[in-house]
Amino acid sequence: MSIVVAYMPSPEGEAALDAAIAEAKLRGLRVVVVNATKGDALVDTHYASAEGILSLDQRLADCGVEHEIVRPMGADLSDLVLEAAENAAAELLVVGLRRRTPVGKLVLGSVSQRLLLDATIPVLAIHAKAGGRHAS
Amino acid sequence: MDAWQGLMEGFATALTPMNLLFACIGVLLGTAVGVLPGIGPAMTVALLLPITYNVEPASAFIMFAGIYYGGMYGGSTTSILLNTPGESSSVITALEGNKMAKAGRAAQALATAAIGSFVAGSIGTALIVAFAPTIATAAVQLGAPSYFAIMMLALVAVTAVLGSSKLRGFISLFLGLAIGLVGADLLTGQNRMTLGVPLLSDGIDIVVVAVAIFAVGEALWVAAHLRRRPLEVIPVGRPWMGKEDWKRSWMPWLRGTAFGFPFGALPAGGAELPTFLSYVTEKKLTKHPEEFGKGAIEGVAGPEAANNASAAGTLVPMLSLGLPTNATAAIMLAAMAGYGIQPGPALFEENGDLVWALIASLFIGNALLLILNLPLAPVWARLLRTPRPYLYAGILFFASLGAYAVNLQWFDLLLLLVLGLLGLLMRRFGLPVLPMIIAVILGPRLEYQLRQALQLSSGDWSTLWSEPVAIIVYICMALIFIVPLVMKRVRGTGTGPDAAGSTAAESPDGR
Repeated sequence: MSIVVAYMPSPEGEAALDAAIAEAKLRGLRVVVVNATKGDALVDTHYASAEGILSLDQRLADCGVEHEIVRPMGADLSDLVLEAAENAAAELLVVGLRRRTPVGKLVLGSVSQRLLLDATIPVLAIHAKAGGRHAS
Repeated sequence: MDAWQGLMEGFATALTPMNLLFACIGVLLGTAVGVLPGIGPAMTVALLLPITYNVEPASAFIMFAGIYYGGMYGGSTTSILLNTPGESSSVITALEGNKMAKAGRAAQALATAAIGSFVAGSIGTALIVAFAPTIATAAVQLGAPSYFAIMMLALVAVTAVLGSSKLRGFISLFLGLAIGLVGADLLTGQNRMTLGVPLLSDGIDIVVVAVAIFAVGEALWVAAHLRRRPLEVIPVGRPWMGKEDWKRSWMPWLRGTAFGFPFGALPAGGAELPTFLSYVTEKKLTKHPEEFGKGAIEGVAGPEAANNASAAGTLVPMLSLGLPTNATAAIMLAAMAGYGIQPGPALFEENGDLVWALIASLFIGNALLLILNLPLAPVWARLLRTPRPYLYAGILFFASLGAYAVNLQWFDLLLLLVLGLLGLLMRRFGLPVLPMIIAVILGPRLEYQLRQALQLSSGDWSTLWSEPVAIIVYICMALIFIVPLVMKRVRGTGTGPDAAGSTAAESPDGR
């Protein structure tokens, strides 16, 4: 059993990670960090750099939680996260939320919304601000 | 017309608000496509060929010139920030430029590239003014045999010198010549290679060929490799340079220009060789040899200047002889033909105002590039986040629109698709695109010169080597084949280190 967190190098991604670590300590579970990309652009700022992954690994090790980092690539980000959750037999999925206007959501869609709707396991949704307090 | 007077009149044409606007659009568009790897100035000019139907020639060429110089400039940004050269001519820039960026000196690398490009572009354009009219005047007196020989040289040189495989180069060349032959024979009116399709008897329009090979071929290729791991881009602010950087940059700029211009002006010089030579020279001459390989500013300044100077040099044979030596120049010549302007030595006399406006706009475009691009560098870096599906959907849309607009018939769309598939296969099997596109454009003119020469001599083939210029050109052509063979022989019997250097020079051949 494990906790899966949809991670990206951004405030909401960090907030989700903090919450996942706290929850993992509480439940004594391992953490699976999923950092997915569509891979259809030359540069994807939501895809962590090699250095970012190294420091992420270090940070998780320092927290003393058993962990794994997966970096899938595919057409649909939410499908990738859900697939990773299934593979890891997750009992909790953690996602970070950000404020997005209705129009923005209409145009760009929302990965976290799809995760909330499609996940068959409990989902913990964290706001970037709330996550900040959570960590401190 | 006196060159100076012509140039001033050219500035008068190029500085009208409307043409200045076209120059701005060209420069911005050129930089944008230069930044994005895979799409370059040649594809952009090809996609924009349909605008030649309702825009004045001067305005269109001013925009194309901006795209041409902008593309050269944009490639360096990608090289430096991403270590993925946007254009084959900025492969060398990536060597030191990306190291500089990783060491936190991205701003200086971009600045030396931008200012170096400006310096080299300005000097190069001044050299065009100095040389092109003189060469054109001399070339007007050349007969058909000499002209035929020079065109042959350009075709052979583009095929044999650039790229890693001569066989692939020649396959591409003959594909191009074959496509150029389709249609009714100019002299006898006989249909050739039309497969009995009446729609083919007008020949295949160059717009369709260019758009299919550059745009559709590339789009299909990208679609076949859509998902790739994203690369890491190095964040950058506004480019700037310190006093020390200026001191270390200005000599490499000038030396790079000296390498780049002659190579560009030769048929098939290309930008790959001079950038490599400039890099090697700077490495030898530098006072900071320990920095090379770790991000030496000389290694960015020299090659960047060389590639812009060679871009300028390419315009000399294009304007004075009607001879394209790179893809963008080839498409620009196609645009000229679209306006009913005959490219060739007579261009300066018959369409002097247009040519001088084009040259003046090169100076203007160069200055615009510097002014616009120094502050805009972070914006260009953001462009790299554009998802490929959006980008290539747009390209395909404009490609289809352009191909359809030529004759307003569905048959051209079919040709577009078929030739686009050919473009995809060429990329798949590593055939260079350049020999093909130049062959499509030069092929019919080559045939025309050959037939004219033979008609004048009433069928005597010895007329082909009856002019001194023709003989010299054939000797050059022979040297292109013999020199590499001799070099190989010499190298085989010793001098190991040189061989390693030359393979490095040959590798950056684009795709």
